[in-house]
Amino acid sequence: MAIFSVFVVNKAGGLIYQLDSYAPRAEAEKTFSYPLDLLLKLHDDRVLVAFGQRDGIRVGHAVLAINGVDVSGKYTADGKEVLEYLGNPANYPVSIRFGRPRLTSNEKLMLASMFHSLFAIGSQLSPEQGSSGIEMLETDTFKLHCFQTLTGIKFVVLADPRQAGIDSLLRKIYEIYSDFALKNPFYSLEMPIRCELFDQNLKLALEVAEKAGTFGPGS
Amino acid sequence: MTVHNLYLFDRNGVCLHYSEWHRKKQAGIPKEEEYKLMYGMLFSIRSFVSKMSPLDMKDGFLAFQTSRYKLHYYETPTGIKVVMNTDLGVGPIRDVLHHIYSALYVELVVKNPLCPLGQTVQSELFRSRLDSYVRSLPFFSARAG
Repeated sequence: MAIFSVFVVNKAGGLIYQLDSYAPRAEAEKTFSYPLDLLLKLHDDRVLVAFGQRDGIRVGHAVLAINGVDVSGKYTADGKEVLEYLGNPANYPVSIRFGRPRLTSNEKLMLASMFHSLFAIGSQLSPEQGSSGIEMLETDTFKLHCFQTLTGIKFVVLADPRQAGIDSLLRKIYEIYSDFALKNPFYSLEMPIRCELFDQNLKLALEVAEKAGTFGPGS
Repeated sequence: MTVHNLYLFDRNGVCLHYSEWHRKKQAGIPKEEEYKLMYGMLFSIRSFVSKMSPLDMKDGFLAFQTSRYKLHYYETPTGIKVVMNTDLGVGPIRDVLHHIYSALYVELVVKNPLCPLGQTVQSELFRSRLDSYVRSLPFFSARAG
């Protein structure tokens, strides 16, 4: 039971706010000796597992840390290149943590505008008159709920498939946006939301919704 | 409850079959363009969903709904995609879409030497069986049309 993240997309498809509220940990740490029995490759500036799924390490997982030192992109925090480091037998045995790659802020921007277009196509391909865009998108690991206001701003919430009460949460987020972003004299319309009160109240609303939704249908 | 239409795509994006029952609005573009748009949307949704997911996925994208319709999606490991649009009252219909694939497409098209794969299905038997199967579904109702 959880709400994973919240996105606010302006009417042009730009991401103006994003909050990761809860990320389930799907990570696996293992100590390896030379040679590494996994095939790693560089993809989108990340080191991903290309072959050799085992012990909770799945194809597509990224190298998150080596010997407890975090990895960002293809370099470790102390500036060593990951593939080069792992290619050197002198560095073994080595303990590597794998997990799903986390989204970078650039990717979040891209995904937000991607959803903006999917939303529009969803309404164009409708077999019925007067359809809105995508309001709820269901997968086996999460549900995406979207609420578009009359002024074109989209509030998107990613939540556990069993989480109830998201519709009222979306309206509540709209209310918080109106109260704490729009009424803030320093906030300019369509621009990224950097308002402390908006942050605080949004987090509060998420907590309330998570607790309330636990007893909803399907839980 | 009602079924609006059904698309069947292969892994290259060719629309193998299309049929509609209670479709009240056309997309306003030629059918070929519509298939491309639909396939393109599904392709993007798939990549969108796999990036967004907080956990590793098994089945991936299942369905989405708007204020007026619900799109159900089923994909086989070979990349055949079955897409059915229904109204909002219809629950998960993975088994129905799987049946269309396994009992109709595989039996009547894949096992039919006269049906070349990767092209629009010409088989009249497939069309009529599919039509009668969809019409026999509990959530298919003619009165809504």
